[in-house]
Amino acid sequence: METSTLPLSSSTRGKLISAGYTSLSSISSVSSTDLARDVNITEAEAFEILKMANHQVTGSSTSLINGARNAWDMLHEEEALPRITTSCSDLDKILGGGISCRDVTEIGGVPGIGKTQIGIQLSVNVQIPSEFGGLGGKAIYIDTEGSFMVERALQIAEACVEDMEEYTGYIHKHYKANQVQLKPKDILENIFYFRVCSYTEQIALVNHLDKFISENKDVKVVIVDSITFHFRQDFDDLAQRTRVLSEMALKFMKLAKKFSLAVVLLNQVTTKYTEGSFQLALALGDSWSHSCTNRVILYWNGDERYAYIDKSPSLPSASASYTVTSRGLRNSSSSSKRVKMM
Amino acid sequence: MANKLIGEMDLHKRISNIFAARNIITAKDALSMTEFELMELLDVGVNEIQSAVRLISQAASPPCLSARSLMEQKVENEYLSGHLPTHLKGLDSALCGGIPFGVLTELVGPPGIGKSQFCMKLALSASFPKAYGGLDGRVVYIDVESKFSSRRVIEMGLKSFPEVFHLKGMAQEMAGRILVLRPASLSDFTESSIQELKESILQNQVKLLVIDSMTALLSGENKPGDQRHQQHQLGWHISFLKSLAEFARIPIVVTNQVRSQNRDETSQYSFQAKLKDGSQEHTRTYDSHLVAALGINWAHAVTIRLVLESKSGQRIIKVAKSPMSPPLAFPFHITSAGISLLSDEGTELKGPGINNIHARGHSEMINFNGDCS
Repeated sequence: METSTLPLSSSTRGKLISAGYTSLSSISSVSSTDLARDVNITEAEAFEILKMANHQVTGSSTSLINGARNAWDMLHEEEALPRITTSCSDLDKILGGGISCRDVTEIGGVPGIGKTQIGIQLSVNVQIPSEFGGLGGKAIYIDTEGSFMVERALQIAEACVEDMEEYTGYIHKHYKANQVQLKPKDILENIFYFRVCSYTEQIALVNHLDKFISENKDVKVVIVDSITFHFRQDFDDLAQRTRVLSEMALKFMKLAKKFSLAVVLLNQVTTKYTEGSFQLALALGDSWSHSCTNRVILYWNGDERYAYIDKSPSLPSASASYTVTSRGLRNSSSSSKRVKMM
Repeated sequence: MANKLIGEMDLHKRISNIFAARNIITAKDALSMTEFELMELLDVGVNEIQSAVRLISQAASPPCLSARSLMEQKVENEYLSGHLPTHLKGLDSALCGGIPFGVLTELVGPPGIGKSQFCMKLALSASFPKAYGGLDGRVVYIDVESKFSSRRVIEMGLKSFPEVFHLKGMAQEMAGRILVLRPASLSDFTESSIQELKESILQNQVKLLVIDSMTALLSGENKPGDQRHQQHQLGWHISFLKSLAEFARIPIVVTNQVRSQNRDETSQYSFQAKLKDGSQEHTRTYDSHLVAALGINWAHAVTIRLVLESKSGQRIIKVAKSPMSPPLAFPFHITSAGISLLSDEGTELKGPGINNIHARGHSEMINFNGDCS
């Protein structure tokens, strides 16, 4: 292991190397006072470097790797993970029960296919209380395009509450004690809305979310509608864009794991020239498409809206149809089976 | 918020001086780089960079609102809870009251279908006194194709709101509130003139901005084949228009022309061809149909898209994209009072056909039944 692997500023790194501390083991064997004198830095800085170096050395030399968990434990953890229903059982089925927490899911499609609708639906559905098989969480809605319509959110919230009431009525036919506590107004109260007007604000907000979510407990879904808009408009340097975007994707990933919440990124589409013809593809380029765990593409198939799982480490690729009704997202069959909340 | 100065944030003096020395002045400068790049450039340790970025992010991130307070604000502060009525009953109820404030609304359609008529009527109703369902404000009408006709506006006013227009001096006052700009091309819209426009919109009680048409504004100066350039320019204007609508809380209505779609532009994803092989050949036979002139990037940016088309002699207005309305189609005709709907009951359309644009004459020739998947 070399000194250059330590996350240090370049001048400090230069000083270390010119003083002969080229490998981590050479650093970890000296005391902080010696290091400070040799390298001509303060003792506090030397102490920090030693801490980092020791961490790296012990991290890689012990037999069991630091921070790793075995697959069996992970399986149990994953099975216990709640999922957020989309209110469309066909779609839930291909998603393995809904949008999974601790994952970053990207949803893309042509204008008017219903991306924003899914976003609003999820921000309502995440609040379904646990008695109804939901998460009882809160939602963060990051609106970069200004397309969040609060009237629509209210419509969907009202429909959701109605469905829950119907469901309690069905289960507790004889006594009406178990009333639905949630009111549509409360649902709106629990959607934290951020209007982002430039890519700088977007980056800043993503950096800040960590703190925001620690302060506001129970946030279970973060929806970004859309991740693309500002990055598509005012970035000249595409290489820089890719770097900034991938850092942002990592931060989303980190948030998803740390607070075990679902991150849903809505993406736009673009046309791409492949194999001799123009085809639709999700925007932001090839390297971006690696950065999400799951990727769902919404498309028209004849007269019906379909969702297709384009990429997922655990789900088979499949497609399912859905419709957008005045009550929100639903199954597409005209018989309109009631959505089960369990 | 993007241009907030780093020097005015709560950063440690030493760190903020380092930022200043490297010419990283605003939050935008700092956040356009990854943390690692900042570390390299500023020659500071990782912990310090992280805490600095955290502080900068906190200062630059937008404020949080709950959806409920958003709604309450809307109901309280805005007349008609933030909608400009179109005076077309069916359309108004589909759009929850009319053209919403704060977003971009687009009209797409073939030439002569009535886009400008629609815009003029909207301009008129925005300038109307509140007692008559207007917004009682000024209108900025950017008329690129020289289609605005004051005579027509006054005629529409006389026919559709006779009780107001017959009051003495009213016609003059109403028409006086509509300010028409006639730029030749995008180059007339330099940064400074746009800034001026923005300021005057914010100061002068402007309640509606109409751009007729966006396509002409952009195509006025682009060389063919300069796609990349066009995309970029368009991008800058999209952001500008959207933020203007947002901050001034006004509706912005733009029109878009149509063009015929080229043979090799498919609207398919690569996986769809794999899913069913048959459909591809099927779609290939529809060589030309009309699509909106500005491409998919633009289409993503507009919040509401209304398609005006004519199908076997019947003019139809369709709500093709809207976050709150189902895909509805209304037949309409144009009278001396402007556009009026033949029925307020819209027919709900299924499928992507809502985005298709038919034009008189074309419709018999091409029968593609809304199938373009």
